[in-house]
Amino acid sequence: MTALEQVRKRAEADAKTYGYYLTPQPDLLQGFLEGLKINEDRYGYPLCPCRLTSGKFEYDRDIICPCDYRDPDVAEYGACYCRLYVNKAVYESKNLPEVPERRPLEKQARAYAPQVATQSAPTQGAQEKPPTPAPATQQTATQQPEVKKKLWYCKQCGYVVFREDPPYICPICKAKKEMFAEIESTVEFNG
Amino acid sequence: MEFSKVSGKKNNHKVTLYALSTCVWCKLTKQFLNENEISYEFVDVDLLGEEDKQKVRQTITSKGGSLTYPTTIIDNKVVITGFRKDKLKEALEI
Repeated sequence: MTALEQVRKRAEADAKTYGYYLTPQPDLLQGFLEGLKINEDRYGYPLCPCRLTSGKFEYDRDIICPCDYRDPDVAEYGACYCRLYVNKAVYESKNLPEVPERRPLEKQARAYAPQVATQSAPTQGAQEKPPTPAPATQQTATQQPEVKKKLWYCKQCGYVVFREDPPYICPICKAKKEMFAEIESTVEFNG
Repeated sequence: MEFSKVSGKKNNHKVTLYALSTCVWCKLTKQFLNENEISYEFVDVDLLGEEDKQKVRQTITSKGGSLTYPTTIIDNKVVITGFRKDKLKEALEI
């Protein structure tokens, strides 16, 4: 069990580190923190309380709070998708903006029975758009598409991350996603 | 899939709410409907089994909605994404 106070302290510390504020409305804040706590108890990680999860870590990696989309959302709208994290202007005005979902549809779709989704996709898609070659991840023998992780490095500060996509904004030097490049290597990762 | 039904004085519209049990904006939508005494049915999608989740996905996308919560469907045609009091008021004529 995670203590609510622990969730609150973690969020406060993260906001402070990145120059953000937590939502100015106490009842909303309480609700977000409770949602995070429930998800952490349920799935083992503080999943975004405003999004549907697959319950599988690798599928949910981008929506573990603070999510991948927080930094670009706060930069563009003044708040993250949930509106847990806000910038100074929003914090002071107390007017929470509408924040559209930035998470790509194909990642959202992972929350819905992946096995069914991959099997029914070709028939549904064939009527609407010309067939596209199946991504390499779907050609594997496993039932569920695997998340293919790669090594990425920030060309500005050298930060290295091993995951599906590079972050929208470098957590170290704030460089944009475009500054990330894939590291081509033949190193094998065991365990 | 079992919907929880909430009865209110105003039942001239069929209101279906797709929500998440952890989501504050979903709770506020329920609260808003309750306060305005609207009859509605809702389901917490995160608590459903895989098959039901798939059905929810098909229902929402077939009506042109996005897979975000809360999603409110009024009279099987108006889809309101997010907790939008203005849009809910307009669609529910309150």
